[in-house]
Amino acid sequence: MKGSDVTVSGISKSFGAFKALKGVSLEIKKGEFFSLLGPSGCGKTTLLRVIAGFEEPDSGIVGIDGRDVSGLPPDKRRCNTVFQSYALFPHLTVFENVAFPLRLKRLPNRLVRELVMKHLSLVQLEGHAEKRPSMLSGGQKQRVAIARALINEPSVLLLDEPLSALDAKLRQRMLVELDSIHDKVGITFIYVTHDQQEALSVSDRIAVMDQGLVLQIGSPQQIYENPASDFVARFIGETNIFAGVVASREGPFATVECEGLGPLLVEANGEAPLGARVSVAVRPEKIRIAAESPGARPELNVLSGVVEEPIYSGFQTKYIIHLAGGGSVTVFRQHANWSEGVPDLKWKDEVYLSWSARDSVVVESDAVANDEVVNGAARPPAP
Amino acid sequence: MKKLRLHGAYRAVRATLKGIRPLPPRISGSGPPATGRKGHAKRRRGIAVSDFVYWAVIAFLFAPLVVLFAYSFNSSKSGSWTGFSFMWYERLFLGSGLLWNAFGNSAIIALGSASAATLLGSLAAVGTSRYSFWYRPYVKSMSFIPMILPEIIVGVSLLVFFAGVGLKLGLLTVWIAHTTFNIPFVYLLVSARLEEFDPSIIEAARDLGATEVQTLLRIILPITMPGIASGFLTAVTLSLEDFVITFFVAGPGSTTLPLFIYSAIRFGVSPVINALSAVMVAGTVLLIYPARNFLKAYAAH
Repeated sequence: MKGSDVTVSGISKSFGAFKALKGVSLEIKKGEFFSLLGPSGCGKTTLLRVIAGFEEPDSGIVGIDGRDVSGLPPDKRRCNTVFQSYALFPHLTVFENVAFPLRLKRLPNRLVRELVMKHLSLVQLEGHAEKRPSMLSGGQKQRVAIARALINEPSVLLLDEPLSALDAKLRQRMLVELDSIHDKVGITFIYVTHDQQEALSVSDRIAVMDQGLVLQIGSPQQIYENPASDFVARFIGETNIFAGVVASREGPFATVECEGLGPLLVEANGEAPLGARVSVAVRPEKIRIAAESPGARPELNVLSGVVEEPIYSGFQTKYIIHLAGGGSVTVFRQHANWSEGVPDLKWKDEVYLSWSARDSVVVESDAVANDEVVNGAARPPAP
Repeated sequence: MKKLRLHGAYRAVRATLKGIRPLPPRISGSGPPATGRKGHAKRRRGIAVSDFVYWAVIAFLFAPLVVLFAYSFNSSKSGSWTGFSFMWYERLFLGSGLLWNAFGNSAIIALGSASAATLLGSLAAVGTSRYSFWYRPYVKSMSFIPMILPEIIVGVSLLVFFAGVGLKLGLLTVWIAHTTFNIPFVYLLVSARLEEFDPSIIEAARDLGATEVQTLLRIILPITMPGIASGFLTAVTLSLEDFVITFFVAGPGSTTLPLFIYSAIRFGVSPVINALSAVMVAGTVLLIYPARNFLKAYAAH
C-alpha cells in the first residue's frame, strides 16, 4: 500500500458559538476508501479541512503515518484535496491546471509533459489538455480536479463532496470511476458525502457523523445491517423504527414490548438491559408481505395491517401498511420473483407482515429522535 | 453609422432602445392574417418612435463634439464659419510650447498616479478580500470617502495638508493628490473582480504547494487582471480630466492640461483648443477600440 494511515484524536473545533466538532477520534487505515457521512452541518467537511490543514482545530491531534502534523500548512502534509466547487484555475488550460504543482517545483518541461499526460489519461481526459476549464462539462472539471490533486503523488486524497454538483446518472458513473482510480493509485481516500448511497457503494469503511460527533464507524454492511442508533438506522436507507422496552433476554435475542404491537423478538448485539427504552429497527426489504397469515413460528414476528398505499416503481413496489395496533410500516417487495404469481395487493387489502428475529435489530434510541418516533413510522433518509 | 459603431455609448443606447420596442402581439391564436397585419403596423410605428428617440440621444451626445470638430477647421477666430483651414492645427503643433508643456505634465501625472493608484488599490483589494483583521470593515468603508466627498473639499484639505507638512506645491503634490483620489476607484473595480471568484481556488493553490507570493503572482493577479486593467484606465481618465483638485494643489511649473485650457479660455476661446480637443477625441477613439478588444479577449479565455 502506498497510502498513509491517518489518525485523528480528540479534535474539537468551534466557529464562534457553533461547535462544529466535539472531540472526534478516528483511525483510518493505509489505502482505505474511508467515507465521512452525515447530514449537512454535521461537521464532516470541517473534519476534512482540519485533516487537510485548512482549519486549525481548537484541540486534538491529526497524525499522518504516526507523525503529528498539527500546525503544518496544507502543502507540508502529504495530502491533497479535491474541492466541492472543483476550484480549477480559470485562466489556465487543463494541462497547465494539472501541471501547476510541477511548475512550482520548476521541473523540466519534458518531465512535466510526461507526468501530466499520465495523470490526464488516468482520468480519461488526454484529448482535452488544451481546453480551458470553462469549456468543460461538470464531470470533466471534476476529473481535472482529481488529476491535479493526484499529480503531487500524495499519500492521502481528501474529497469534499466531489460529486454533489453532478446529475444522478453522471454521479453513478463518476463513482465507479473514482473507485477504479482508488484501486489504481492505491492511496488512502477520505471521502466526504451526505449521500448514503454513494458512501455505501464505494467505501471500505464509513464514519456516520451528526452534530459534531462520530456516531458509528464500520463497513457499509455493518452500518446498514447493525446501525448503532436510530439516527444511523434512519439516515442510512429506509427503516422502520418501533419504540419499546426490553422485556426479556434469551441468548442473542431480546423481547421488546412495543406499545400497541405487543412483544417483538429482536436480535440484540449490543447492550439491551431489561427495562431499557430502546428502538427496534427493521429494514423494509426484510419484511415479507402476504395476504394470508404465515402461521406462528418461533423467531418469526407477525403483524397484521391494511394496505394504505402501494407505490409501484418498476423493480419493486413499496407498500405503506397501516398496522392494526396503530402506526404504519414501510415494506419493499422486489419483483424478482414475479412469475411465482404473488397476489396483487391493492389499497385497503388486509395483509400480514412477517420477519425473522435475525432481520431486526435493537438500536440505541437517542432521546431527541425518540420524541418524534410514533410507532413504526418509516422515514426517508435525511437529505 | 459604421464609424459610430465603434462607440460604446452608441451600443448601450441602441441596446436599451431595442429592449423597449413593442413586441408583435402573439398572445392569442386568432386569424393569422388580421393579427399579422396589425402586428406589423404596430411594429413599424415602434421603430419610428424609437429611431427618433435614438437619433435625438445621439445628437444630444455628439452634436457638441461635431461643432467643436468643425470649428477647429474654421479659417478665422470668429464664431461664424469663414472657410476651411488647417491653421489652428498648425499653430497647435508648431506654435504652442506652453500647451504641450501642460500636456506633458498631464501625461506624466496621469500615468504616474494611475500606476501608483493601481498598485496600492489592487494590493488593498487583495488584502481586504484575503485576510481578516480587526479594522478591515473600517478600511472597506473608509475607502469610499474620497469618492463621495465633494472634490472641492478634497482639494482644500490636500492644500492645507501640503502647507502644514511644508511640501512645495508642484508636480509632486499633484501626483500625490491624483493618486489619492484614484485609489478608491481601482480598489472598487479590483474588489468587484475578486469577490467574483471562488475562495477555494486560493486554497487549492496553497494545497498544491504554492507559497503566498506564488499564489498572488500566478493565481490571484492573472484572474483579477481585467479588473486591474480597467482600474488603471479609469484612473488615467480621471487624472487627465481633473480640474478642481489639481487647481488647489498645482504650483508653478505643474500646470496640467485642464488648468492650461481654463486659463487660456479666460482670454476668449482659442480655436487651437478646438484643434487640441479634436486630436484628443480622435486619439481616444483610436485607443478605446484595441483596449476593448484586448479586455474582451482576456475576459473570454
